[in-house]
Amino acid sequence: MIAGISIYEILTLTSILFFIGIYGFITRKNLISMLISIELILNASVVNFVVINKYLYPDILQGVFFSIFIIAVAAAETALAISIIINLYRQIGSVEVKDTETMKY
Amino acid sequence: MNISYTILIPLIPLAVFLLLGIFNQKIKPSISGYIGVLGLLASTILSFYTAYQYFFINGKVDGIYQTFVEKTVWMNFTETLHIDMGVLIDPISIMMLIVVSIVSLMVHIYSRGYMKGDGGYTKFFAFLGLFSFSMFGLVLATNLFQIYIFWELVGVSSYLLIGYYYTKPSAVAAAKKAFIVTRFADLGFLVGILIMGYYTGTFDFETLNNPEGIAILSWASTSFMGLSVITWALLLIFIGGAGKSAMLPFHIWLPDAMEGPTPVSALIHAATMVVAGVYLVARLFPMYYFVEDGFALNIVAFVGATSSLFAAIIAITQTDIKRVLAFSTMSQIGYMMLALGVSGYEGHNGVGYMASMFHLFTHAMFKALLFLAAGSVIHAVHSNYLKDMGGLRKYMPITNITFLIAALAIAGVPPFAGFWSKDEILVAAFEHNKLIYYIGVFVAGLTAFYMFRIYFGIFWGKDTQYEHKPKESPLSMTFPLLVLALLSIVGGFIPFSEFVTADKAGFEAHLNYPLAAIAVSVGLIGIILAWIFYKKENNLADKFANGFGILYKWAYHKFYFDELYLFVTKKILFKRVSAPIAWFDRNVVDATMNLIGNSTVTTSKKIKGTQSGKVQDYAFAFIAGVVIIAIVFIYLWK
Repeated sequence: MIAGISIYEILTLTSILFFIGIYGFITRKNLISMLISIELILNASVVNFVVINKYLYPDILQGVFFSIFIIAVAAAETALAISIIINLYRQIGSVEVKDTETMKY
Repeated sequence: MNISYTILIPLIPLAVFLLLGIFNQKIKPSISGYIGVLGLLASTILSFYTAYQYFFINGKVDGIYQTFVEKTVWMNFTETLHIDMGVLIDPISIMMLIVVSIVSLMVHIYSRGYMKGDGGYTKFFAFLGLFSFSMFGLVLATNLFQIYIFWELVGVSSYLLIGYYYTKPSAVAAAKKAFIVTRFADLGFLVGILIMGYYTGTFDFETLNNPEGIAILSWASTSFMGLSVITWALLLIFIGGAGKSAMLPFHIWLPDAMEGPTPVSALIHAATMVVAGVYLVARLFPMYYFVEDGFALNIVAFVGATSSLFAAIIAITQTDIKRVLAFSTMSQIGYMMLALGVSGYEGHNGVGYMASMFHLFTHAMFKALLFLAAGSVIHAVHSNYLKDMGGLRKYMPITNITFLIAALAIAGVPPFAGFWSKDEILVAAFEHNKLIYYIGVFVAGLTAFYMFRIYFGIFWGKDTQYEHKPKESPLSMTFPLLVLALLSIVGGFIPFSEFVTADKAGFEAHLNYPLAAIAVSVGLIGIILAWIFYKKENNLADKFANGFGILYKWAYHKFYFDELYLFVTKKILFKRVSAPIAWFDRNVVDATMNLIGNSTVTTSKKIKGTQSGKVQDYAFAFIAGVVIIAIVFIYLWK
């Protein structure tokens, strides 16, 4: 609970953060940037979990614990994605999205 | 009488077939021949043992030969209608066992010499084993369906053996022709079996053939187009028999089947498989006789008589010795058919039935002998045609003598085997139908004539100069000739009427001297004519042939039956029926399917561009979808 700030402001903030992430995921040309955008999306949802837990059900801690889980999973996922990107770079010498569109039809 | 061991008679050749067929490349030719011969020898010994047990020890109860059946249910349709597999022992099946095993054994021995050095030696013996298995199975069948199964199996082995020289286009064509023609006739057989099974509720020979049984007593219950359905079934079954036995109009495959190796012609197309049709009618004889007062049986008689006359006329004009023999076979089988057709049922009335089986037996011996001797000649001069032969008696004494014995036997000269059986046939025909009798006598004369025509043509006649001096065949080939010649001499003295009769009771047959005298003198006239025409080289025969003019030409071309069939199939069936159906199939049925397939392909080609491979496009589509669904659910879903 933060004095003077209601749940609406914080939810607006996380929504903005979420859509910035989506926008970045769709428009960035670099795989690393896309990964960062995904992190933004995840973090927006993590903040949502914490905020809703604190504002609506202050007596319990599930939301907080869940956010910690998400952070841990996100870290693992990032490591995986980074390793894929590094391997891709070794193969084709590039991390541009336009070079990785052979998997089609 | 315990008969379960008779199952071994067909199974041993099957084992030989599997052994030689599977290890085809691994077995040396010298061994595979012995394996084939030994297998058949075992079957032959078993057959003779069975015959001895049956005829002389425990087959007869109160003067009547019993029928022994051992079977197991193979396929169940209903409580009463089921297909069995098993063995059936009665006088005619034993008689056929003897015939098939003797001829097959002789042919096996003969083939060891005849096929020597051939590339497919082992394969040949494997096929012979398959054929022997199928033929024994056919003979021992307990019901219509089992006989049908083995019927098709002999058809297949006949196909394989006719097409044995598969590099020769004519042999391949002949094999196909034989298979298709007999298969076509077998369609009638199958329909007949199904009708029979539907209306009588059984396939078993024992039940069907019982004169007091339900199948025979209730023949009049259902009729179709003025005839009892059972008569129709019998006629359809006879079509199958006519196809296998080369009766008119299904005979066209038999002359072409001579493309096969000569031992095969002797075994399959002279002695055993082609008489399967006769055996089938004999097997169902009580049905043929009692149903509708023997209507179907009269058809059998007339088909047999016509075929016999027709084939004898053609045989006179042919120049390929194997084809002469083929038409002779057809003619003699016609004889057997007509004998069955004029037969009665009880006691001495059943003389036709007995004579038919008797003639089947003796004919198998002397016709196999004729073919094997002809094979020996062909082996020596490397040609099938009379023009390449002549004067061979000096080079091939054993073949000459044995061929002469067989020719005398088929011409009906006493005391050779053919005389006795032919006499009985003529007696039966005389008592039943004068027209058929006259045909029979005329054919007897023709038979003697054409047989001695080729005899004199091969062994006497002109002194042909041979490039390679022909010499007598090896012992493996002459031994079967001698054995069969012996059987052709003494075979007629077997008191057949004691053993094989329609009502299984046995009677005493007497020679009918006036009829026998007529038949013999007609035969002698034929022989003398042949002597005049062909003993020395002269042009009498040509003059005579020219005298007949168009008739001779027609007979030479086999009365244009092949051309007729070609016309009907190619010009009418293929062009008027099959071609439109093919057009419909290609342009309507196939086209519909192609349309469906093609339109799917075209559409997918058009829309596949949306799959760009860019992950961001997919993400955009996904998110756009989520947004749209969200809007729908939040604002429009009331």
